[in-house]
Amino acid sequence: MDDLLSEFLTETSESLSTLDVELVKLEQNPNDPDILSNIFRLVHTIKGTCGFLGLPRLEAVAHAGENVLGKIRDGELVVTPDAVTLVLESIDTIKYLLGELETNEAEPDGNDADLIARLNHFADTGTLPAGAGSAPKAQARAPEPEPAPVASAAPEPEPEPEPEPEPAAPAAAATPPSAPKSQAVAAAASSAHDGGAKGDAHPRNETKESTVAAQTIRVNVELLENLMTLVSELVLTRNQLLQMVRGKDDSEFTVPLQRLSHITTDLQEGVMKTRMQPIGNAWAKLPRIVRDLALEMGKKIDLQMIGADTELDRQVLELIKDPLTHMVRNSADHGLEDIQGRRDAGKPETGTVTLNAYHEGGHIIIEISDDGRGLNVERIKAKALTNGLVTEGELENMSDQQIHQFIFKPGFSTAEKVTSVSGRGVGMDVVRTNIEKIGGTVELKSVEGRGSTFIIKIPLTLAIVSALIVESGGERFAIPQISVLELVRASSNSEHSIERIHDTPVLRLRNRLLPLVTLKRILGLDDTAADAEVDEEAFIVVAQVGTYSFGIIVDRVFDTEEIVVKPVAPILRDLSLFSGNTILGDGSVIMILDPNGIATRTGEITVGGQQGVESKAKSESSDRETTSMLVFRAGGNEIRAVPLALVARLEEIDVESIEYSNGRPLVQYRGKLMPLVFIDGAYQMKSEGRQPTLVFQDRERTMGLVVDEIVDIVDDVLNVELTADRDGLVGSAVIDGKATDLIDAGYYLELAFSDWFGKEEGRTEKKKVLLVDDSPFFRNLLTPMLSVSGFKVTSVESAEQALELKNNGAIFDAIISDIEMPGMNGFEFAESLQNDESWGEVPIIALSSHTSEEDFERGRRVGFSDYVAKFDRDALVSTLIQTLAAV
Amino acid sequence: MSDKNALVPSSERNTALDLGGSTKDFVTATIGKQMFGIPVLTVQDVLGPQRITRIPLAPPEVAGSLNLRGRIVTAIDVRKRLGLRNKEGDDPGMSIVVDQGGELYSLMVDQVGEVLSVPQNAFERNPATLDPRWREFSDGIFRLEKNLLVILDVTRLLDFAGSVKQVG
Repeated sequence: MDDLLSEFLTETSESLSTLDVELVKLEQNPNDPDILSNIFRLVHTIKGTCGFLGLPRLEAVAHAGENVLGKIRDGELVVTPDAVTLVLESIDTIKYLLGELETNEAEPDGNDADLIARLNHFADTGTLPAGAGSAPKAQARAPEPEPAPVASAAPEPEPEPEPEPEPAAPAAAATPPSAPKSQAVAAAASSAHDGGAKGDAHPRNETKESTVAAQTIRVNVELLENLMTLVSELVLTRNQLLQMVRGKDDSEFTVPLQRLSHITTDLQEGVMKTRMQPIGNAWAKLPRIVRDLALEMGKKIDLQMIGADTELDRQVLELIKDPLTHMVRNSADHGLEDIQGRRDAGKPETGTVTLNAYHEGGHIIIEISDDGRGLNVERIKAKALTNGLVTEGELENMSDQQIHQFIFKPGFSTAEKVTSVSGRGVGMDVVRTNIEKIGGTVELKSVEGRGSTFIIKIPLTLAIVSALIVESGGERFAIPQISVLELVRASSNSEHSIERIHDTPVLRLRNRLLPLVTLKRILGLDDTAADAEVDEEAFIVVAQVGTYSFGIIVDRVFDTEEIVVKPVAPILRDLSLFSGNTILGDGSVIMILDPNGIATRTGEITVGGQQGVESKAKSESSDRETTSMLVFRAGGNEIRAVPLALVARLEEIDVESIEYSNGRPLVQYRGKLMPLVFIDGAYQMKSEGRQPTLVFQDRERTMGLVVDEIVDIVDDVLNVELTADRDGLVGSAVIDGKATDLIDAGYYLELAFSDWFGKEEGRTEKKKVLLVDDSPFFRNLLTPMLSVSGFKVTSVESAEQALELKNNGAIFDAIISDIEMPGMNGFEFAESLQNDESWGEVPIIALSSHTSEEDFERGRRVGFSDYVAKFDRDALVSTLIQTLAAV
Repeated sequence: MSDKNALVPSSERNTALDLGGSTKDFVTATIGKQMFGIPVLTVQDVLGPQRITRIPLAPPEVAGSLNLRGRIVTAIDVRKRLGLRNKEGDDPGMSIVVDQGGELYSLMVDQVGEVLSVPQNAFERNPATLDPRWREFSDGIFRLEKNLLVILDVTRLLDFAGSVKQVG
């Protein structure tokens, strides 16, 4: 059954049970305004919800009933048994309709014109229509014989006159009394209405009425909370016991303890499940809200909801419902332009608001993004000045990112006019406060003219997770197992050893260089001198955050343990390296590391974008991604660089092992011959000793570029200035403050293989590939690389240019397109090609630095045949080959 | 958060002032030679030496966290918080556990004394000359027969964010 409908049924059947009781009470105390308004409210709620769900028959009856009650409340009519009977009758009808609704999920045919007519007549005149009066009258007596049990049950729900002030959640408005009570009332009420029911009209009443109620019990969340705490304690105690028995194989406790352990685990899962709900529940009402809003504002809005089945704690869900609704409204109202505005901006008329929820390392991430106008920095500045939040001098030094943060200040609304939806200046500050209350964070990314994205990150504070316990600097820490890929033990004489580039440790792992961070160092536990020992022997925890993997060097690794994540004290909340703390089996407290935080701290900007004040202050060019560059020197003093991701390995080659074939240098490397190339023709190798070499790999082929010295690995925003007409250079860029030549790896590959393997290429006709990428760097990087791999490449710098080519009748076998481009982006480009007659069948491969599941999903939907991470050359080439083979 | 914090101490202060005539109960603690008082109702527990886990990168005043019957308690080095020198000698000291907004904090002091009932009329405001840091954390002074009892404002003592704001 539809979730909304079943929720409605549960709720309404509870309300109705209360109503029965209340009505009878009213009959006894006809002048009690409290009872009357309570009844009125209940009927009104039912009516309102029916209207919302589109149940006209139900609504009509409820409306007529409400009419009568309204007149009574306003004093126009007096409460008589007749009146109560009539209202009871309408309630019976409502029950009957609900029963039908429950079995058939639709309202039964027919109408209640007779009843409604009588209700209306009564409302108008205060009397029953002649003739009809006698029959109901006979029934009116029916409930009377049983007022005693009803009356005794009735006071019970009363002491709970909705203890919490309801947040505006209309469907949840009727707060249920705690379960046992409502059942008691339900029982009493159904016995009461047994007598009053029009037995002939709806015989299924009593059997059907409570099936929904019987399958679900409403339990106070606090009770679940307590249960959860108890289970957490149980888990901890279990762990403690296990610790004690560990190592004593013959203990008589082993078997029972194992059983205890299993049961505890099951119990824990069960209790967790009772609290988990798909986030879609909080979204259910959004499409309607957005639709209404679109109508009111004269916009076209497409609301995309991704990851609706991502589960999160019910309580958290309740708490984020309102902020979420508010933010979606904001995006639709402030964020998106109207149709004309969008047309002028060259965007599709229909604006998109995307909701995306997913789990990431013990957090739930909810992204709300729109492709609207983005935040207007100037207007925010002006507003911040008028509100006296900053001085002009301060504004001068602020980055856009910092200026954006002002929208989270109280009383800050830049909407030019107040609409019925938003712009009243109560908004983002409340949203932020609410989210921070549950230990979450809100981040904001906005590009003017391109849209805004809000990223809400909420920790799963109640979660019990499996974690790896490690030691570093004499302290133990837990790393959530979910982000641990593998463990590597490195020592100087084993297969894996830690190498250093400048002072940056790296590890070769399966043909990749893995960046390493020393836990001791980032935690400030470094005992300075101990650093050299690390190289001797260390454990490396390979962790993954989003698409970024890195190694964490720790001193020791213990086992994994189930831990109860407890939030850290508020005064420690700004330590982004920890996601919580916990108590281990031996009773000690340890901190839980947040791999996300570590990744952010060590330079990698994560999917969540900017995090924390610190990193914000650090880099001004925060909205650009950084790239890891390997900086080296070869031939002369010029500094050169190549993206680290393109380098397969770093080797030192003994000059004596270099052999020559056909006048070309090569070495035997891993059982194959590897050609060596030099940075330019004039390059002189050392005559003896070892020569550092960058190894590039292209599928089966390996090539070594001989260099003088490897200088450093630098994370920096790559801003290539294209000056290079020289072969082998992509251009130059400022890296780490110095002008640096960027070498073109593709050129050297070509250099190495045009002679070695070049002849082979005549084997097949070259496939034609169109490359669409706004970055000249990538175009220059990929074009030669793909050419080397045997493709004929045409490159253009925008989707618009690509479409122009199409219109000119160009034909390609495959298209490789970047996603983020100014003007038409990759998704839109793909979408526009989807049904095109000339290019509709051409496979499109997306090229992007964001390769999350959601991106994949979205890409597939708009017609991309595959999705490849930028820099992953191997994957690109193999994907291309596969894709072409499949066509 | 900061609003809430701003409200609580002032109301506490009022109760301290308004009680005129009656007495008020404090758990006393000593750091160095100074005696401090903490309102008895805010105190949850008094602990002896505990095994404390260091928390890297935490403010220096945070000594670490400890396990108190299954709850994680954050230990605050009150000496550091008050800008005092580290203690001499190996005396492990004691702690007073207080509840602050549902979170437990363990205030590490040298010694925990008895519960004192002090007459309200022995109350004095902070002397204007008191070290600003102490003035921030002190709710006022009670004149005892032999010495002076500085009443610690626990809310402010634990409001790290607030103090950061004032400094910056």
